[in-house]
Amino acid sequence: MLLSILEQGLIYGILALGLLITYRILDFPDLTVDSSFPLGAAVSAVLTVRGMAPVWTLFFAVLAGCLAGLITGLIHVKCHVRDLLSGIITMTGLYSINLNIAGKANVPLFGGDTLFKNPFTRAFPAFLAPYATLLIILVITLIAKLLLDWFLSTKAGFLLRAAGDNPSVVTTLAQDQGRVKILGLMIANALVALSGAVMCQQQRYFDISMGTGAMVIGLASVIIGTNIFRSLRFMRSTTMALIGSVLYKASVAIALQLGLDASFMKLITAVLFLIILVISQFRPKKVRLHV
Amino acid sequence: MFEVRHIDKTYSPGTVQETCLFRDFSLAIEPHSFVAVVGSNGSGKTSLLNILCGSIDVDQGTILMNGEDITRMKDYKRYRKIGRVYQNPALGTCPTMTILENLSMADNKGKRFNLTGGVNKKRIEAYKEMLLPLGLGLEDKLSVPVGMLSGGQRQTLALLMATMTPLDFLILDEHTAALDPKTAELVMALTDRIVREKQLTTLMVTHNLRHAVEYGDRVLMMHQGNIVLDKGGEEKKNLKVEDLLGLFNTISIECGN
Repeated sequence: MLLSILEQGLIYGILALGLLITYRILDFPDLTVDSSFPLGAAVSAVLTVRGMAPVWTLFFAVLAGCLAGLITGLIHVKCHVRDLLSGIITMTGLYSINLNIAGKANVPLFGGDTLFKNPFTRAFPAFLAPYATLLIILVITLIAKLLLDWFLSTKAGFLLRAAGDNPSVVTTLAQDQGRVKILGLMIANALVALSGAVMCQQQRYFDISMGTGAMVIGLASVIIGTNIFRSLRFMRSTTMALIGSVLYKASVAIALQLGLDASFMKLITAVLFLIILVISQFRPKKVRLHV
Repeated sequence: MFEVRHIDKTYSPGTVQETCLFRDFSLAIEPHSFVAVVGSNGSGKTSLLNILCGSIDVDQGTILMNGEDITRMKDYKRYRKIGRVYQNPALGTCPTMTILENLSMADNKGKRFNLTGGVNKKRIEAYKEMLLPLGLGLEDKLSVPVGMLSGGQRQTLALLMATMTPLDFLILDEHTAALDPKTAELVMALTDRIVREKQLTTLMVTHNLRHAVEYGDRVLMMHQGNIVLDKGGEEKKNLKVEDLLGLFNTISIECGN
């Protein structure tokens, strides 16, 4: 069970990295997530079934996620639609797109190679074989995290952080804050789609409803992580989000272990999120509220 | 040179709250002059700044920057040549980012925000030298998030950030109003030094009549969208705070205050 918690927690950790950008950095409640997660999965599943090497399908999933973020961003910035509604519009529209990409509501990956079952993993020594899946997930998640860490330390990354922190600074720096927001949404949804693609490879099927509650899972992870480790100044928020994701998966697993039926999964997801939100409110407010 | 010609501006047109602020309003600000604008609340001072910077649009008329028509130019593009400090110290800095990160961003204004490192380590000494003479101890706090600083420290930092790179214009929107008297004097003195050093064309809105008379080369008083007093050159040299206060009171009485 520990293995499955780590696997799932780290996959959802990539999702949490995406939400870290929209929710924590940009302060943008982006609901696109619930559809860009299955979008990544659909792209990865279909391309895998068509015979593409599973690892390459991840790149196309990332690209698709970028596009989803771009659409939400354009609706918000160019059409001046409120942030929440922009996400809802894209999320709703993407449902049909996902269905059309996949061709049907459910695409199994049984039989063929996946990211976790291929000649490469079969070559793993016997004592490592049970951990092959976890190791591959760990590598992908760490690459995503390190790339994001790097990006946030560049000039473009500074601008992204400024856009969430204080948009007027971006404007007075003679930069278009709309463009910065769109860029942030693209990166965030690319990560979310990557997470969906890896999830689809791990559970070996795509399901149209697999994105329901993705935003709540990601948000819960970010909030857990950043609240528990808030006093540790040296720890990066990306690390916090990843650990938060694993902890969140663990608490869901514990709830299921306590005898709750798996059909209560989404209810558990929602209630746990509520509990986390309420607990985090008792903590002192974070720096930005000094404004 | 900053200029507005024959501008009209009406707020909430077509509703019961419709208020006409500017009608055929014109103003030219000479290059390298320090213009102080005073006036009661609602006189149109801040609206004028917002119109110049593109935060609000005008209904009619033209806005010129160095002779170029910028009436339809987006706000962020105008800031290539403009630095701005707001009344609220929180508006000029990013609270969760450190002093170093804030300064680095400001230092990069006018250049590309690309994928190279956000902090240029070679510039750290220069930042420290810049902060040292302020006497606020900021030079030792480069890695502290700006949200932890006091209002005065943040406003000083905001002023430095707004004027770090080459600029033509500086817009000051009651930038000392939220500070305690001592800090206000400090920030005002620093403002004056930067403006003189960089020869910036400056437009400062203030409620502090003494600051207006002391630092402005030209003093304007606005009332209900009109300029009711405009003293520059020799006239300004003879202007006293009492004169301004007298006119201020006369106007207020007319309005029934």
